[in-house]
Formats: sequence, structure tokens, C-alpha cells
Amino acid sequence: MSIQQISVFLENKPGTLKKMTGVLAENKIDLRATSLAETKDFGIARLIVDDAISAINTLKEHDFVASLTPVLAIEIPDEAGGLDKLLEAFDNENVNIEYMYAFSGGKSVNSAYMIFRVADTKAAEARLVGKGVKILTQEDIANI
Amino acid sequence: MERYYQPEIECASLEKIREIQSEKLVKQVKHVWDNVPYYRKKMEAKGVTPDDIKSVDDLHKLPFLSKADLRESYPYGLLGVPKSDVVRIHSTSGTTGKRVIAYYTQHDIDLWEDCCARAITAAGGTEDDVCQVSYGFGLFTGGAGLNGGSHKVGCMTVPISSGNTDRQIMFINDLQATILCCTPSYAAYLGERMQELGYGPDDIPLKAGIFGAEAWSEEMRHSIEKTMGIKAFDIYGLTELSGPGVAFECSAQRGMHVNEDHFIVEIIDPETEEVLPEGSQGELVFTAVDKEAFPMIRYRTRDICRVSREKCSCGRTLIRMAKPMGRSDDMLIIRGVNVFPSEIETVLLNNGYAANYQIVVDRVNNTDTLDVQVEMTPEMFNDNVGEVEQRQKKLEADLKSMLGIKAKVSLLAPKSITRSEGKAVRVIDRRKI
Repeated sequence: MSIQQISVFLENKPGTLKKMTGVLAENKIDLRATSLAETKDFGIARLIVDDAISAINTLKEHDFVASLTPVLAIEIPDEAGGLDKLLEAFDNENVNIEYMYAFSGGKSVNSAYMIFRVADTKAAEARLVGKGVKILTQEDIANI
Repeated sequence: MERYYQPEIECASLEKIREIQSEKLVKQVKHVWDNVPYYRKKMEAKGVTPDDIKSVDDLHKLPFLSKADLRESYPYGLLGVPKSDVVRIHSTSGTTGKRVIAYYTQHDIDLWEDCCARAITAAGGTEDDVCQVSYGFGLFTGGAGLNGGSHKVGCMTVPISSGNTDRQIMFINDLQATILCCTPSYAAYLGERMQELGYGPDDIPLKAGIFGAEAWSEEMRHSIEKTMGIKAFDIYGLTELSGPGVAFECSAQRGMHVNEDHFIVEIIDPETEEVLPEGSQGELVFTAVDKEAFPMIRYRTRDICRVSREKCSCGRTLIRMAKPMGRSDDMLIIRGVNVFPSEIETVLLNNGYAANYQIVVDRVNNTDTLDVQVEMTPEMFNDNVGEVEQRQKKLEADLKSMLGIKAKVSLLAPKSITRSEGKAVRVIDRRKI
């Protein structure tokens, strides 16, 4: 039930990120969430999109180095304490988080979406299932 | 203590110099013919025998030796004496295949140290001086050469070797060192550090510096001289020819005097190999006329430069060479260390990177920097920042152990390095020398 995140290598120089978004825009790839991990020397852009397979193919065609990484997408109520409650479940199940980022669905839907990278996605999923945690599928993401 | 200002040689007439050179050359060619089969074959191929060499005028008849010959004859092919007569070796920083190993008899060491002693004397050194030798010691010739020369002059010698900058400064101050020998970039760094610590030029006991083993500019000289309150002298040499001291600068600081009683200099056209008239720019070629163990005849240095016999205000008549303008092949000298792009390539390939790379050499705050730029590949990429960084660090560590100097690795986007249609432009040298 995990979803595919696209990780893209970005050289540390002005215009690199724009080049990537340009390629995605041209090919009508709809971004759901993004996050940028940077070091002194390079960056890694992490993308959640409506169509991961077509996005990675497009990026590769345009000479980007990109890979797919399984991540957990979890829907939580967009309200105070929403994330805290979710992380309590992670804590209870002893699931260690490598990194996470978030996007909000806006007040009209009253939902927020959390993306989690964990060491063992499958094991984490198995532990979280039935603990009141709403894990999204690739299809759910496409339809947000 | 012997004196190392030797006007009978250093101020001799051209006739006298040629007489000394001719006599030594005739003997040296016989020595090589008898003892170095590799060179004898080259002479035979050219149809020359020792009988054809009667004076320096016949030098042009002899075959050249190049870096390729050194590689081919590695390790012992150019050794001119039985191993039992060799007392030491030195070596350049290359890897196997490119590493040059030079051999020395005691006589060779003595004449090399004499050359360095002349350089120290020309820089004003006497037995009253404290001479700090901050060149590296070991296989590198810098430390050993200046150390030996300093002994001969009778300086109180501080064989501190390179590195540990704050300790260098402590010795300079505590021992009141007056002469500093190191690479110019290290001198600049030492000067900068002393400035940071609050030493003005008048607080620094040094009066002279002898800086070589890498190319450096007049601007850099002025900056070092100003920061440390010293006179900075250039010195030239190659491991193949012994080491530093082949040529040295005098108080006039207008080019380096070649120790012509030991080395005959020629300038040739690197393409046609034709000897060019004095004053022309071309490749420096040296013949070591009295070295026994590693007798280089017409060795092509690949250094591009001019020589001049114009009268020098210091009174020396020894021919002067300008600072070499560049190498005629692709070897880089970075912080005094020889670096071949092919060595970098080897490391990249060993680490799973593509052979498409670029080497950017620059000079930041008077210190050479080496940036190895490689393109990211799908195989090397990983969503985990730490793993990518670790690979980068491993590559840097491997480069350091191969090259002997620190290199920075930059990861570039794929296809961002321009593909060339002919010979790849691997090296971008931004140093303004």
C-alpha cells in the first residue's frame, strides 16, 4: 500500500530546480508534494506526483538521475493535534522515521497528508494497519 | 666552512664555462655509452658514438631522453653505476608507470647539495643563519636538497618538513629562523596564518625565503614578501636532474641562474626538436654533465621557458632562465605535486564513475585547489543523502591516496560536462600565474 516517491539528483547550481519543474510542467505532471534535501554540494528533490511512472520516465528522458523510493502516505485530520496523534501510533509500534514531509488538502476537505520514509516500509505498514491510521494508495494520491 | 659563492664558476667567462662543460660532457657521454645500454642503443640508432662528441658544440648530435624513456626504462634501465655505488633514491609523486625514480651516488648527492648551497648563499645565507626547511622530507627531493645545501652553507638547519603550521610558526619565532625553504603556496599560507596571529612583517625574524617546486607569479612573490617582510627567491629543479638547485635566483631576482658547471641548458622547439637560438621561447632541455648514477643527457623537461645570457647585476655570468610558463604535456603541478589527469581517471573508474570528468584547478588565497567534477549516474544515486555523501567522501579519500594531495569532488548533473569531439578538455586551469 506504500506509494512511489520520485527522488531526483540536483546539482548545486542556480536553475537546476527550475529545469526539473519545467520538464514536469511540459509533460503535465501534477505535483502533490515536494521536499528538498540539500547538502553543501548537491540536493535531492523528493516528489509525490499523480503519475509516478510517467514522471520518472519523463525525467530520465531529460537526463535527470532519478529513482523511485517507497514511502507511506497517511491522511490525517487537518486540526490541532492531528500529527501528534498519528506519531503516537508510530511510537507505540516502534516505527522509526527517516524523514517526513507534509501537505495540506486545504480547509475545505479538512485533511492533511503526511509522507513518511521508514527503513522497512512493508513491516511498518503491517504494524500500523488497524491502528486507526489511514494509509493512502497510489490511486488515492492520483485522485487527491 | 666551505664558501658557496664560487665566482670562479659563477662569474666565469663564457669560454671558461664552455671549457668546463665540454670536458665533462665528453667524459659523461663515454660513461653513458659504457654503462647505460638503454642510452647507448639510442645513440647507435642515431649513428652517434662517443668519438663524435668533442665539445658542447656536438651536443645536438645526441639523442633526447623524455619522460617516455624514463617510463620505459623503469626502474633500473637508466642506472649508470652498480647498485652497490648507489647511496639513495628519490622519487616523483607519480604512480607506477609514471613515477620517476632517481638514483644518487655520494658524489651525486654532494654536487646536488652544492647546487642548493649556492642557492642559499645567493639568497644571502651564511653560517650565521637559521634555515628552516619546510619542504617535505622523504622521497620528495625538496626537503633533502635544501637540508643538504643548508648544512653545506653551515646554517643552523631546522629539518621540520611540511605541515603543522602552528608548530612551524613556533619554531620560526622561538629559534629566530632567518631563512625559510618551502613551496610558495605553503609560504603564502604560513604568512597568512602569521598575520592572523597578529605578526606584522617586522615581528617575523625571517629575512629570506627560497620557494620552488611549483609555478608562482610575481604577484604572489610581492604578496609573500610584504606579509613576511622577507625577500622571496625562486629555485628550480627536477627529480630527474637531482632536485631543486638546477637553477636559482640571485639578489637581482630577475630569472634563475643555471648551475652550468653541472647542467647544460638548451631550448628546443617541442614539435621539431630543433635547438632554438638564445632568447627564444621553447622547451627546456638539460644535460647533467657530471651525475654518475642517473646521468640524464638532453632530458626534455616539458617546461616552456626562455633563457638569457644578458649581464646580471649580481655579477654572475651563469645563464638565466625565466620562470617556466607551462608544461608542454598535460601534467599538472598542484601544490608542488605532479598530478596526471589519467591518475584521476583511474580512481573514478575504480569507484564506478564514468570516465567523463573535468578537473578544475584554481588558486584561492594563494593556495592551489583541485576540484574533480564527475557526473552523477543512476548507479551512484540513492535517495539517502548520507549514502551519496559517503560515496563522495570515499572518492575524495581515494583521490588523496592516489595523488598525495587533497581533492574536492563535485557531483554534477548528467551530461553537464561538455563532450568534446576531439581530444577531451579534461583540465581547466584557472590559476593566474
